[in-house]
Amino acid sequence: MTAFIEISKQSKSNMAPIAFAAFLGLLIIYVAGHSQSDILHNAAHDVRHATGFPCH
Amino acid sequence: MFSRILVSGLFAGVLGGFIAGVLQWLFVQPVLLHSELYETGILKHFGALTNSAQPDLDRIQPIRDILSILFSMIIYIGYAILLISAMTIHKLKSNTIISFHQGIIWGISGYIIVHFAPAISLPPEVPGVAAADLQSRQIWWFITTFFSAAGIWLIAFNSKKLPLVIGCILILAPHIFGAPEPSSFAGPAPTEIGALFASRALGIGLISWAVLGGLSAIFLHKETMRATN
Repeated sequence: MTAFIEISKQSKSNMAPIAFAAFLGLLIIYVAGHSQSDILHNAAHDVRHATGFPCH
Repeated sequence: MFSRILVSGLFAGVLGGFIAGVLQWLFVQPVLLHSELYETGILKHFGALTNSAQPDLDRIQPIRDILSILFSMIIYIGYAILLISAMTIHKLKSNTIISFHQGIIWGISGYIIVHFAPAISLPPEVPGVAAADLQSRQIWWFITTFFSAAGIWLIAFNSKKLPLVIGCILILAPHIFGAPEPSSFAGPAPTEIGALFASRALGIGLISWAVLGGLSAIFLHKETMRATN
């Protein structure tokens, strides 16, 4: 039982950095793939079309 | 943990994104350039007009091509970080190592989530086709991606019936609701170009994601070994 509680405590404390990393990944995809800033849109234009992101 | 995901995501994303960028340049870019001739009005379609299906294309445009490969790498870094985050959650829960071949399956699942599932109702658009309002398509794209991710996770890691049914419903729901559609068709690009573009984009996406999944598993394993030694 103690061992089980230890493991579940450990995996809970591990979840925060994973969630933060996933958020960062999502942010990269949003900025590079979806942001409508003119410079970003023009630079990433061809990739956005090829990856199937809604582009313009 | 955080740096392990970030470092392995960076390596897998740079390598996978470079391969994806080169494949896109080889197979997707010519179709896109061809379509832009119609988008900009250099070539015109419809009616009695006929055009060569193999026009001269400005194939090599150094700045544009380098930027495309660079952004392909950035986007694939984002993909890789998300994929490795999911792999890490699974590793923590099951305490198993994800092999290179299992990584490929993870990659194909990622492809279904961010590329194939949204494309079922919102196909990859070639420049010069009619489309609905951009913001509503982006919102629909993100919702579909989240629903598909949750659905695939439920199906992949459950053997009970209820989670499987809920998983299927989550994957289908955005398509039953429907993607934003244009009110009228006014796109100047020929249908042949649009169809080839969509199938090329989806095909290259599948190959690139399979590579990304395998690489993610390798780099995650390497980083884990390095951190624990």
